[in-house]
Amino acid sequence: MSFTSERLRHVYRQMKTIREFEERLHTEIATGEIPGFTHLYAGQEAVAVGVCEPLTDADYIASTHRGHGHCIAKGCDLTGMMKEIYGRRDGLCKGKGGSMHIADFEKGMLGANAIVGGGPPLAVGAALACRQRGDGTVSVAFGGDGSCNQGTVFEAMNLAVVLKVPAIFVFENNGYSEHTGVSYAVGSKDIAGRARAFGMPAETVDGSDFFAVNEGMRRAIAHAREQGGPAAIEAITTRFYGHFEGDPQRYRAKDEVARHRETMDCLKRFRARMAKDGPLSGAELDAIDQVVVAEVDTAVKAAKASPLPTEADLTTDVYVRY
Amino acid sequence: MPQLSMRDAINQALHQEMARDPRVIVLGEDVSGGAGGSSNEREASGGIFGVTKGLLPKFGAGRVLDTPISESAIVGAAAGAALAGLRPVAELMFADFVGVCMDQIYNQIAKFRYMFGGKSTCPVVIRMAMGAGMNMGAQHSQSIYALLTSVPGLKVVVPSNAYDAKGLMIQAIRDDDPVMFFEHKALYPRKSEVPEEAYTVNFGEANVLREGDDATVVALGRMVVFAEKALDGLAAEGIKCDLIDPRTTSPLDRRTILQSVENTGRLIVVDESPPRCSVASDIAAMVASEGFESLQAPVELVTTPHAPVPFSPGLERSYVPGPQKIADAIRRSLKGRR
Repeated sequence: MSFTSERLRHVYRQMKTIREFEERLHTEIATGEIPGFTHLYAGQEAVAVGVCEPLTDADYIASTHRGHGHCIAKGCDLTGMMKEIYGRRDGLCKGKGGSMHIADFEKGMLGANAIVGGGPPLAVGAALACRQRGDGTVSVAFGGDGSCNQGTVFEAMNLAVVLKVPAIFVFENNGYSEHTGVSYAVGSKDIAGRARAFGMPAETVDGSDFFAVNEGMRRAIAHAREQGGPAAIEAITTRFYGHFEGDPQRYRAKDEVARHRETMDCLKRFRARMAKDGPLSGAELDAIDQVVVAEVDTAVKAAKASPLPTEADLTTDVYVRY
Repeated sequence: MPQLSMRDAINQALHQEMARDPRVIVLGEDVSGGAGGSSNEREASGGIFGVTKGLLPKFGAGRVLDTPISESAIVGAAAGAALAGLRPVAELMFADFVGVCMDQIYNQIAKFRYMFGGKSTCPVVIRMAMGAGMNMGAQHSQSIYALLTSVPGLKVVVPSNAYDAKGLMIQAIRDDDPVMFFEHKALYPRKSEVPEEAYTVNFGEANVLREGDDATVVALGRMVVFAEKALDGLAAEGIKCDLIDPRTTSPLDRRTILQSVENTGRLIVVDESPPRCSVASDIAAMVASEGFESLQAPVELVTTPHAPVPFSPGLERSYVPGPQKIADAIRRSLKGRR
């Protein structure tokens, strides 16, 4: 797959936006101004962007509790997201969802999901709608290594094979199910192998390499469209922060994150690739960095200045009509 | 007007709505039955209760989907398809199986619209057979509508007859909110007059089956049939009561119940489920807090005991509140009347 310079700038900008969004949240959460639980996606950007790059607004994704990266990669509005995370009335979900429940149906983003394993059955249903429409669209179920131990995910994979729907299961193996290591919690150690056992093609890719993820995703989409059935991708990745913000991470070796930031940073990897093969120059990428930092800063300022929900909002949006 | 069983009335509703709206699909275990079997009989059952019979030959395997035994995936896929623009009717077979897929019902379906700030609709219908009386034991006989009535975001329907079942099912499919549809197994063969054409019965509108000034009887599902029997017997004693079938427990037609109690001063609630945190106790609490001045006697709750549904036929018969227990409760309520 060869990309235009413009497309590569878009890809880098999205990955950098996710990184900056999360790094900035890490700082802002420390001030105590952001309520609740936040799970940062920093470190996994190449997965979300590699997977969502070939998708359009007509394709669906079902996300996870660690969903900010998926939202940004699928095109959700940055300021709307930030306002939602701050619990503001004009946030993407009117402040009723928060970090773990951001959704944007116009973008085919079916929602972040705070129940591990909650999303894949939904993605299979959306894939069924894709199949009914017959327009070549696909539906992606994001999940972590933790989700691969949930029965709902097994059920969803089997149903997708049985019904032959264009669902793509993306397992982001970041090494930890909350505080418990994959080497302990995943009996077979081989998540892609589990997907294959259900009767779909599955491959393991380097989740720190945008191009590796993207190529895997393109093969999965081609399979879904041509064979009319699901496929799976296991992306080996890492998270640069804890399970949630405030997690002291005593379960990780002291130098693990520092090592991973050296060897598994998708932004560094992308820059190295550009330095070697082009076409983007370091200066061009630096310029993107500056734009992104300013954009996230604007989003944070807008969120802080936004109105809070009122008590009148408490019982609206429960039903369409009741 | 043609007489139809409740089974056939719901079947007719599914046929008519699938013909009207190509977005309507049906999925569940054995909804056609026979996929992958050695007889090559593609529609071997049409659902174990026959409610989905005839849909596959008419609408094809693209819209009538037999699924594996995977309740979470069935309900979750129905929900995801609904978010993506279809109008799925998922069958759970037995209401007891809600326990297997509760997350998809109460954490997902019920909460989407609120969590997402009103931007989503999830027009899914979940059909399930409930109720004791067929010696199916503790895991195939429960009437667990109270469990789902307590969850904001869900609508809950409990029809008592064929006419209502058809109109409520068509309303459920056309409704933009998620609807939990409870069908009492013992009511499937019961016939009543059902118009051929499609019609809807509004949610939140109770049906007043009988009128009388002596007491207010509220009953749901099969209990409506038993309450009618009880009232038939009491007519000889000159006792006449309002008999109210709420038809939906969420939304609940509070006004019709409160207005009736205002007139009669006495309330008997009949509910085929254990008494604690039940629809019966919910209605009793509502009348106690909003209609206390009207009450002239303690509210009578006619429920099952606080126990699972037993297997042995005699034991199961005494478990279910029957006409005798209902009549006794009405008499108790009227005792000491001036």
